[in-house]
Amino acid sequence: MTKRQKIISVILLALVYAAVFVMEQVIPAQAMLFTVLKKGAIYALVAVSMNLLNGFTGLFSLGQAGFMLIGAYVYGIFTIPTEMRTSVYQYFDGGVIQFTVPVLLAIVLAGVAAAIAAALIGFPALRLKSDYLAIATLGFAEILRAIFQWDKLGPVTNGSNLLRKFPTFNDFNITNADGDVVIYLSTLVPFLIVGVCIFLIVLLINSSYGRVFRAIRDDERAAEAMGVNLFAHKEISFVVSSFFAGIGGALLAMYQMTIQASAFKSAMTYEILLIVVIGGIGSVTGSCIGSFLFIAASEWWLRGLDSGTFLGITAPTIFRSGFRKVVFAVIIMVIVLFYRKGLMGDKEFSVARIAGRFRRLFRRRAPAEKGATK
Amino acid sequence: MSENVLRIENLTMRFGGVTAVDALSLDVNRGEIVALIGPNGAGKTTAFNCITGVYEQTDGKIRFLGKDIKRGTTPDKITKLGIARTFQNIRLFKSMTVFENVLVAKHMRTKQNVFSATLRFNRNEEKRVRRETEELLDKQGLLHLKDEVASNLPYGLQRHLEIARALATDPQIILLDEPAAGMNPQETQELAGFIQQIRDEYKLTVFIIEHHMDLIMQISDRIYVLDFGALIASGSPAEVQSNQRVIDAYLGVVEDA
Ligand SMILES: Nc1ncnc2c1ncn2[C@@H]1O[C@H](COP(=O)(O)OP(=O)(O)OP(=O)(O)O)[C@@H](O)[C@H]1O
Ligand SMILES: [Mg+2]
Repeated sequence: MTKRQKIISVILLALVYAAVFVMEQVIPAQAMLFTVLKKGAIYALVAVSMNLLNGFTGLFSLGQAGFMLIGAYVYGIFTIPTEMRTSVYQYFDGGVIQFTVPVLLAIVLAGVAAAIAAALIGFPALRLKSDYLAIATLGFAEILRAIFQWDKLGPVTNGSNLLRKFPTFNDFNITNADGDVVIYLSTLVPFLIVGVCIFLIVLLINSSYGRVFRAIRDDERAAEAMGVNLFAHKEISFVVSSFFAGIGGALLAMYQMTIQASAFKSAMTYEILLIVVIGGIGSVTGSCIGSFLFIAASEWWLRGLDSGTFLGITAPTIFRSGFRKVVFAVIIMVIVLFYRKGLMGDKEFSVARIAGRFRRLFRRRAPAEKGATK
Repeated sequence: MSENVLRIENLTMRFGGVTAVDALSLDVNRGEIVALIGPNGAGKTTAFNCITGVYEQTDGKIRFLGKDIKRGTTPDKITKLGIARTFQNIRLFKSMTVFENVLVAKHMRTKQNVFSATLRFNRNEEKRVRRETEELLDKQGLLHLKDEVASNLPYGLQRHLEIARALATDPQIILLDEPAAGMNPQETQELAGFIQQIRDEYKLTVFIIEHHMDLIMQISDRIYVLDFGALIASGSPAEVQSNQRVIDAYLGVVEDA
């Protein structure tokens, strides 16, 4: 990137954040827009972290939901205020943990816990052929869901009961003495956290390590012959990816306000995988754009389908309340079939490319106009 | 007698019932260009793969600079010791640029970890590596192709880039597996000069597999001939060329082809 492109990118990003801030102050907080922005940002982070592994290192993991589950639980367990614990852990005598840590620290801990779990799984799985990672992580995520609901661990995880009353995005809002919100920050702060995380991933991708990841993806044998310790670098990529999935899990907990292990199904992993594919495998900006489009479509734009009417069309009764999913599946099939490389391919969204496209468009038009005057 | 760089003793590699390399012993000394020739399927590439740790040999010893390379040493560790290689079927990082291909080879010798690299704590290290890579590409006459994606290069240049990338690992010895494959006579002639040039410039030792006999006879100090995994002859180009067993097993065949 040239200096000018960098400046333009920074300005664009600043504008996005400014727009989020302004919208948050003027649009009612219950608006669907904020659901999409919050959840979209969280999924964008997890999708980018999956892309790091999948698109940039060529490793296939299906453990995202599992690492998010760990992140969510670690966040919840360490942030529920001590005075609330008796009511949350009502069947477990208030639970064993009787302290809290600051929210930001808890979010980091959520990532660290997921990273440690990844390191342990990676140790055997990454030494085997690449396909084993997908199987190992998928199995791990399934088992984890059961473990976290296990009664014996109730004093820590609350068993199959909800974790709740921990700080959520709404606690980022600034209130006055009466409890009225003066400044809304419940969308901006998660946006900032996600922004910092994605920025770190981009820095990693553009570092010497990122280059080695891509080398491994292109040709393992050649990478090894260049002195690259395959296991060590795969492990790094996997651990970093899982770290950010863990943070994504913590953020998802904050967004949903409650945590329940049964919600972190493999369907969640597949949603994220879809976002990566739709956005383009190997494109960070693709994953971000894909995430917001995916969440907007599934949570908002296609909502009308379930209630029977959509764009003025009334759906046949048999489709009601499941119709959204049908249409959604068809859209995704079309994208995967006809845009095999996703929205962005492995390219990044850049101002220079768009400017170049416009320039070419005008150049093509110019001679045609001349021709018309003759 | 000059210093020994690579010594192979009784190297044997079996795949199930197939003995691809059969009790092979050979020496490569500092500054030499040594060739390994033989008909298709003779076990030449397999020997290279054992030396570079791609395969664990069934039996035998591999010594590098007087030290045993333990069986099961991984390829990356062997590269770090100073043994570089190219592949019979070109193995570049296809989606990466010429510049990046060489940068990857420099990664293992940089002083950094994932945190310092991500957070840009030590920009000088990255700068140094980039400068060295530019110098290397410049010397190789590839600098103008720096930002070209590797898979877009013409075949001959891909071969050249693969050698440049191997040189970037700072090797003592370089193993070239059929570097002239697919080249026309003129390109092959240029390659001959190029191999001698890098040997002198980087004080390298060269161990080369090739089917182009003109090239081999022109640049090799010594030649080993392999047939069905076993050594059938060795010596100077003149000695090997006049060896009846070699003519029967290999050289005669090449002329027919
Ligand atoms: N991984 C493997 N598994 C089973 N057999 C193998 C393997 N690698 C090589 N072989 C066998 O070992 C023998 C030697 O193969 P190798 O590739 O070393 O020959 P080569 O001398 O390099 O031939 P060429 O000149 O065609 O490159 C062949 O019979 C081959 O089929
Ligand atoms: Mg071969």
